[in-house]
Amino acid sequence: MSSFIEFKHIHFKYQQGEDWALKDVSFHIEDNEWVAIIGHNGSGKSTIAKLMNGLLFPQEGEIRVQDLVVNEETIWDVRKKVGMVFQNPDNQFVGTTVVDDVAFGLENHGIPREEMITRIDNSLRAVNMEDYYNHEPHRLSGGQKQRVAIASVLAVAPELVIFDEATAMLDPKGRATIMETVQQVRETKNVSIVTITHDLNEVTFADRVIVMNEGKVWFEGTPREVFKQHEELQKIGLDTPFVTQVSRVLESKGINLVKEPINHKELMDELWTLYSIK
Amino acid sequence: MSNSFIIGQYVPGSSIVHRLDPRTKITIIFFFVIIIFFANNLLSYGVLAFFALLSMFTTKIKISYILKGLKPVWFIVIFTFILHLLVTKDGEVLFSIFSFEVYSGALYKGLEISLRFTLLILMTSLLTLTTTPISITDGVESMLNPLRKIHFPVHELALMMSISLRFIPTLMQETEKISKAQASRGVDFRTGKMKERIKAVVPLLVPLFVSAFKRAEELAMAMEARGYNGGEGRTKFRELKLQRVDAFIFIFSALILVVFFFTRV
Repeated sequence: MSSFIEFKHIHFKYQQGEDWALKDVSFHIEDNEWVAIIGHNGSGKSTIAKLMNGLLFPQEGEIRVQDLVVNEETIWDVRKKVGMVFQNPDNQFVGTTVVDDVAFGLENHGIPREEMITRIDNSLRAVNMEDYYNHEPHRLSGGQKQRVAIASVLAVAPELVIFDEATAMLDPKGRATIMETVQQVRETKNVSIVTITHDLNEVTFADRVIVMNEGKVWFEGTPREVFKQHEELQKIGLDTPFVTQVSRVLESKGINLVKEPINHKELMDELWTLYSIK
Repeated sequence: MSNSFIIGQYVPGSSIVHRLDPRTKITIIFFFVIIIFFANNLLSYGVLAFFALLSMFTTKIKISYILKGLKPVWFIVIFTFILHLLVTKDGEVLFSIFSFEVYSGALYKGLEISLRFTLLILMTSLLTLTTTPISITDGVESMLNPLRKIHFPVHELALMMSISLRFIPTLMQETEKISKAQASRGVDFRTGKMKERIKAVVPLLVPLFVSAFKRAEELAMAMEARGYNGGEGRTKFRELKLQRVDAFIFIFSALILVVFFFTRV
């Protein structure tokens, strides 16, 4: 079975004479997989997102989405398969009301009106925004706007949804609802997910994590494996989550946990079972 | 800024006028604007005034609210009236104030122009009072559609209008934010000479423009990511359908038009 998306030795720079933003990047994403791409500012993670649906093109290398090579001719087909939620909630809201915004993507793809109505209904329900049908964007909070953006992407029925720092401009509450929505989407829809973030707390739900540093793939593995790289992560400018810090401190005191915890519950489970396991 | 901020002056309601198709309203007003220049006696003006007042009452919007909306225009109406009194020299002299002689023709002409003005503004403001800006946009797009044949960018124009409408509140919020930020840095927008106050606007406008350009760029990228590829092959979610009520109002307006032409001299 072939991967959903494949990056083959991608080189990319924004302008002639500049340094490479991406240097020889290769990776793949499988069907129904949740991959988190992390890295600090300027590590090239957002560039990857824009390459995935043809907003940018690489200077060297080849990107494949299923059987399509991403280039000028295929971008419209690629964009049907790959949806994207951006960082700024305001600057991706095109319609004058919620329902118009969700309709925008469907209109672009020439979906007949009758089908639009059911698709809009379903996708707004999937993000719990069905009560805000006729709301204008300025009457919604940032988190609500992002949920509408997710609904707009889902309505087109893509096979991969990219979240390009979709929670970066939200307050903690909005952030939590968006992460919940993403998990809900993953459980109910048949889609692959790519979350791009610099917040390590958000990668715990992913199947696989790709850590970017200075335009290169620096590490690839499960969240648990990534968190074990505690000190190296800090060296490349990423803050590790609280639970990882706790387990590192315990380790330095000579208390080794059996399993690397990735969230609060796992940490607590490790702690209260520690004595009996010994 | 309140949360219920509404673009334009639209007043929600469910009257017949509210429920009319925007195209019906635009067409009727378009013809009204032309027809009013054919009125030439008291009775024909009476017919038009009757039509305008009838429309006004059917909207069920408070009369005081409608009149309040006309406030800024009163000045122009009165100004043209006075100008006519002073300039036009037709008919006989009615009376004279100081050395100015007021002619009867001037009085009639002045009254006529003022009445025309008032009716025009009343009718057009009824359109914006009973129709949301977005459905006006839809109406305009649908009516301009035939022009596509001569490569007139109808879809682009409509999209431009709806995006501007969508971003008016956003940019207003932003203006407020920037003006507070600048005020906290000591920029004074409220006092001082005219020249100084105009100067104070510069630190408000520059950041606003910069951010508007940034927004435009990001919005364009988001639209592209969602598959926007110009008007070709696009379907429309908003749909305009003429109802029975539209036909009824059309016939009624046509009858008024016939009556109008009989009353002319």
